[in-house]
Amino acid sequence: MKRNLPLIVAFISGVVILVGGFIPRDPFPRIESTLIEWFMIISGFAILLGQASLLRMNVARVAEKAPNWQYYLAGLISFGLMLAFGLLWGMEKTPGLLGQGQGIVDKLGTKPFDYLFENAFIPLSATMFSLLAFYIASAAYRAFIIRTFESNLLMITAVIVMLGRTSFAPVLTGWIPDQLSWLRLPELTNFIMQYPNTAAQRAILISAALGIVGASLRIILGIERSYLGGGK
Amino acid sequence: MKSSLLGLLLLLLAFGLTGKTTEQQVFSVQDNPWDDGTSILIEWDLEAGADSLNLQRADSLGAFTLIFNEFAREGRFIDSSLSTGQEYSYRLIAYNQVRGDSLIYIGSARTKAQWFDMNKLSLLILLLLVCGAILYYIFSARRGKELFIRRIGGLDSMDEAIGRATEKGKPILFVPGISDLGDIQTIAALNILSHLAYKSAEYGTELLVPCRFSMVLSAARETVKEAYLKAGKPDAYREESVFYVTDDQFGFVAGVDGIMLREQPAANFFLGAFWAESLILTETGFGTGAIQTAGTGQPHQIPFFVVSCDYTLIGEELYAASAYISRDPQQLGSLKGHDFGKLLVILLVLFGVIMEIIGAGWFKKFFEGGS
Repeated sequence: MKRNLPLIVAFISGVVILVGGFIPRDPFPRIESTLIEWFMIISGFAILLGQASLLRMNVARVAEKAPNWQYYLAGLISFGLMLAFGLLWGMEKTPGLLGQGQGIVDKLGTKPFDYLFENAFIPLSATMFSLLAFYIASAAYRAFIIRTFESNLLMITAVIVMLGRTSFAPVLTGWIPDQLSWLRLPELTNFIMQYPNTAAQRAILISAALGIVGASLRIILGIERSYLGGGK
Repeated sequence: MKSSLLGLLLLLLAFGLTGKTTEQQVFSVQDNPWDDGTSILIEWDLEAGADSLNLQRADSLGAFTLIFNEFAREGRFIDSSLSTGQEYSYRLIAYNQVRGDSLIYIGSARTKAQWFDMNKLSLLILLLLVCGAILYYIFSARRGKELFIRRIGGLDSMDEAIGRATEKGKPILFVPGISDLGDIQTIAALNILSHLAYKSAEYGTELLVPCRFSMVLSAARETVKEAYLKAGKPDAYREESVFYVTDDQFGFVAGVDGIMLREQPAANFFLGAFWAESLILTETGFGTGAIQTAGTGQPHQIPFFVVSCDYTLIGEELYAASAYISRDPQQLGSLKGHDFGKLLVILLVLFGVIMEIIGAGWFKKFFEGGS
């Protein structure tokens, strides 16, 4: 029963949602929105599970003085601070247990939770995202090293697209006569992005869509049970 | 007698057809076709000279209020969020400033919920064909028919990656994407995780599964626990090996990057839905020298994975992975069904190109599904 019940639930939910995709009238749209609401409610409860996991893991690492335990302590302190500030004075216009904290707002200019969010969290997130620029450079360097015909082709295409996207491109190839305007870098770039690139992306999308149909059908029919730990 | 009757019929038909073409429908109000009965479709084709319009709907007391006034000589407007089965009246006032007058058109229609969305007929036909093919191959495999499935390098290398981690005495890192459990990519990743956890339990290799969402965390824990149980090593399962990091996208990336740098896993698996963080994760993994396998259904992230990982699962390979690894004939049969789907799409694309060249636009329109 422990194995069969999830399979029955998956089958019924899958079939109802699938049929509802083609029938626009009630009760199908209502069932779909109800199931989504249930998912949101379960997610809300599951958040507690996540927080418990986070606390337990970090506390254990700090308690046993695991290598680099200081990082885990920093994580715990950050978690505790944000939780405490949020509970005590709330965030934005929402009051906390101690109200709006007007005295602190007068000093900081904003609530402590919002202050930390804007001055610590957002810059740290932005720093992490900015690393992408450096990683793109290192990855592009490896990708464009000419070893094979394909990598040669990739490098030539990439150079055309990169140059074509800059304001330097019209200066470089603006002299090409109008009859051969398709050879100008911006036109070449647009061609590459519009046709070969779009075609390849659509091929991947179509293939992924077919994969989704297959995987969904296997799950609905109970053939795919790996997410339940496998077995018959 | 017969021929004169036939002639009369043809004459009437011709008159009917000409009558229809000469009659110009200036303003029409009708139930929006194939919907849930909550909208009305209003179309107009105003005479030349009209330069502004005012579309109004009558309330329950009969008073008209403005709902739309963007001018187009020929246009349509869908009035949505209405009640099903109700009669609604509309008034279109078309102004002609040159002539200094205006024309008023009035129409009404009742909203009606439909039992089938005809705009999705092409989708239904395709779905039935693909699902039919998948079921056919599943039953063929069940009857013992041998099916050829092409090799997928990224999945064949899974054992190699686990073996390497075991030899080095280092853990395996598995990231099930950064999407929630409602995403089929996450479900596909969890299916692969089940096989990976089984292998790691067999080899006695530590498995680390950081999760971005609590729902994924609980599902991943169950999956790994069941896999350890199946491998006959329930005692080796440690709940803290599957853990929550944070809901924040770049906070999660920072956490996973930190794990990679501190724990130095010998094999990294990035399978599921990934966005801007894909390259940050895999380049950090590349820097630690781990053998990396990645797969996602996001076409924009695939180039990043191809560049920085040893093996990449492209497109449907992510969804097919679990079936491929299991070697279960029934599941392999479904992969053959994917191939039929691909063949069908290729044929439809070729046929569509030919139809567009010869000017038969109905074919494209049918598959676009628009009314």
